[in-house]
Amino acid sequence: MKTHSSTGSRASTGFIAARSGYRVNTVGLVSASVVIFWALVALFAPYIAPHSAGEMIDLDYFGPMRPGLWLGSDYLGRDMLSRLIFGARYTVGISLAAVTIACFTGVVLGMTSAVLRGPVDMVVSRLLDALNSIPSKLFGLMVVAAVGSSIPVLILTLSVIYIPGAYRFSRALAVNIDTMDFIMVARIRGEKLPYLIWSEILPNIIGPVLADLGLRFVFIVLLLSGLSFLGLGVQPPFADWGALVRENIGGLPFAAPAVIVPSLAIATLTISVNLLIDNLPQKIRDRSAS
Amino acid sequence: MTNLVEIRGLTVEATTDSGRWFQILKGIDLDIAAGETVAFIGESGSGKTTAAMTLLGYARPGCRISGGTVRVDGHDMVTLSEKERAALRGTVVAYVPQSAAAAFNPAATIMDQVIEVTRIHRLMPPDEARRRAVDLFRALSLPDPDGIGDRYPHQVSGGQLQRLAAAMALIGDPKVVIFDEPTTALDVTTQVEVLRAFKAVTAKRRIACVYVSHDLAVVAQIADRIMVLRNGAVQEIGSVDDILTRPTHPYTKELLHAFHPDTGGRIAAAEAFATNSVPLLEINTLSAGYGPPQSNGQPLVLAVKGVSLQVKRGTNLGIIGESGCGKSTLARAIAGILPASKGDIQFDGRELWHSARQRSREQLRDLQIVFQHADTALNPAKSIEDILGRPLTFYHGLRGKARDARVDALLDMVRLPRALRHRRPAELSGGQKQRVNFARALAAEPKLILCDEITSALDTVVAAAIIDLLKELQRELGLSYIFISHDLSVIEAICDEIIVMYRGQTVETIIPSARQQPQHPYSKLLFSSVPKLDPTWLDTLNLDADRMRVA
Repeated sequence: MKTHSSTGSRASTGFIAARSGYRVNTVGLVSASVVIFWALVALFAPYIAPHSAGEMIDLDYFGPMRPGLWLGSDYLGRDMLSRLIFGARYTVGISLAAVTIACFTGVVLGMTSAVLRGPVDMVVSRLLDALNSIPSKLFGLMVVAAVGSSIPVLILTLSVIYIPGAYRFSRALAVNIDTMDFIMVARIRGEKLPYLIWSEILPNIIGPVLADLGLRFVFIVLLLSGLSFLGLGVQPPFADWGALVRENIGGLPFAAPAVIVPSLAIATLTISVNLLIDNLPQKIRDRSAS
Repeated sequence: MTNLVEIRGLTVEATTDSGRWFQILKGIDLDIAAGETVAFIGESGSGKTTAAMTLLGYARPGCRISGGTVRVDGHDMVTLSEKERAALRGTVVAYVPQSAAAAFNPAATIMDQVIEVTRIHRLMPPDEARRRAVDLFRALSLPDPDGIGDRYPHQVSGGQLQRLAAAMALIGDPKVVIFDEPTTALDVTTQVEVLRAFKAVTAKRRIACVYVSHDLAVVAQIADRIMVLRNGAVQEIGSVDDILTRPTHPYTKELLHAFHPDTGGRIAAAEAFATNSVPLLEINTLSAGYGPPQSNGQPLVLAVKGVSLQVKRGTNLGIIGESGCGKSTLARAIAGILPASKGDIQFDGRELWHSARQRSREQLRDLQIVFQHADTALNPAKSIEDILGRPLTFYHGLRGKARDARVDALLDMVRLPRALRHRRPAELSGGQKQRVNFARALAAEPKLILCDEITSALDTVVAAAIIDLLKELQRELGLSYIFISHDLSVIEAICDEIIVMYRGQTVETIIPSARQQPQHPYSKLLFSSVPKLDPTWLDTLNLDADRMRVA
């Protein structure tokens, strides 16, 4: 006899068979709440922040946590909680916009190249390979130095940096799908490119593409934080989380919450996004189950 | 202990994605004596492979052995620890997989893989193992037994690889060998050689065999007893003679009946064949192949060399030949997937472009192709409804209610329950998938359907049902088929005219209704290689004369 009983194996996978016919994973549930939490914070920042981002309210700098100043104060005596809440707007907003543009463009180009092959594939692949060969931080520095830092510039720069990766990834997946007979059937039915990529290929690669999107979101958050850390990201008095870490780095010797809290915020967001994408709800296809 | 293998009350359970367990093997009892061959036969999903795997103490992921005992040479495979089972695998029980091509590591030489078992179990020094392997290669009548081990798996043919997989299983001197459909993927002409080799080696070493198959004729050649399985339960068990001549269970009778497909109903078509002279499809000296064009404008490797044929309206053409003879390439050239390099295609009185891209939508609609593997021909991410609905929208502009009604009608036509429309291909059985695959071609309302080996992945009963369906639909809809297969009985059942292909050329045209016998030596070889239900067929068969003449 195999050792585990049926109830034992059910408990070990730890899922909730919801009435909707979807299996929801506990890890997925927790990470989804964290992501939704940060999204809501970003959305309603002006209503929930006790102070404005630039207002100095504490006489001391790097103040500890205390009632009224829940996350302490930063290097200029500003309320850290408010700065963190406003920072969420930049970190979540810019990264989300950039990752959407990067993955959409990359995946569409990747599937197109895989389906059309030949010269189109050749030209697009070589161009994006060339782009890929430029170190990402250097490219960001160069663009910001040339045209100055603004939010649209940051979004576009970050997405351009991550398009080649998304392209390579989706092209590799789509090339495999393209050799399947059902693509051949669709081709000799006379189907055109948009149908082939959206209806035949995309549904078969959507899982890995989403996982890749999560990974790339994390890369973008980190790169944006890196750029802000160098002073090239979001400009004062506003700051994204990366900038918050940089400007409060002087608080490290004092164990100031001002430097720890934004680091934790970056960590919770990036880890949750990845866990969420790895644990998306799965449809239960066994209909006879009670 | 009298028997080598004793199975008592064996049950196996599988789990679904909602965590529900259900039985897939419902209490099996079986004894196998040393040197005896027992065949497990049944349709796909009957549990025959699952049952065979329990001899290794193995249940596939998501399955578990839930009850009963499986004693192999005195060891109960069910209660042993994984480590103890591993020690028995390869030395007491061995396994020969269905697809040897997938079972070999392409990056290592054959010899290294064959003697791996002796290395893992520390049975003998490598040099001795190599000598043993060479002896086995010789016993399995492999060509160049001394040198074949130094090759890589892709450098030998499919039939040879299957025999090498058997050598790999036999090197640890097991007492029981499980053959899991080892010849299903092979041509009939190759299958004969492989079966002979297996039979000779296992008989000489007195090895008990479990032979899993869905082909009754193959089993008749090799087995002593047959166990017929269906839905995880034993239907009938008996000696080969009993099962073949005196079947008692209805399912066994059905299996036997499927082996003699009904050739009736073709007489009417045969008359049409004689009177109707308007060709629907006419091909003249068509050539097609692969690789870059050479200086003479032809591709590097020509797979089809100047083939001409005609299909008359409402009649069927069969194309038969072994793998690599160019029959699938011919179908691809006709469909325009692989543009022909030479020759012309006339369809319905009009010249067709060689490439499907240049053909009009109407021409594409009139000529549909159905592929061999329904698994890869149906998009796994879409529901049956979407798969069938797309050609309706694409060719006929149907949407909404009209489209739904037509999808229902198509499902009725191919005898599938309407409730299946919301399922995905992975939730259907092999036969159901092939029906959906065929219904998609019907959705276009074509005049000619190219069927590329559509029954070869199916078991006999299901294949016979599909053939009956095809015939019925032909009567109702006035279709024509081009039927490509290496299975002669299938082609004889449905075709008015048969073309035998060999090395890219047609060697003979046979009209079955005229009771015409094959004349060309290759056709003779091909026809005589088809296994017969007669258990003595393999032993009395003399193919060498035919083979000599072909060479």
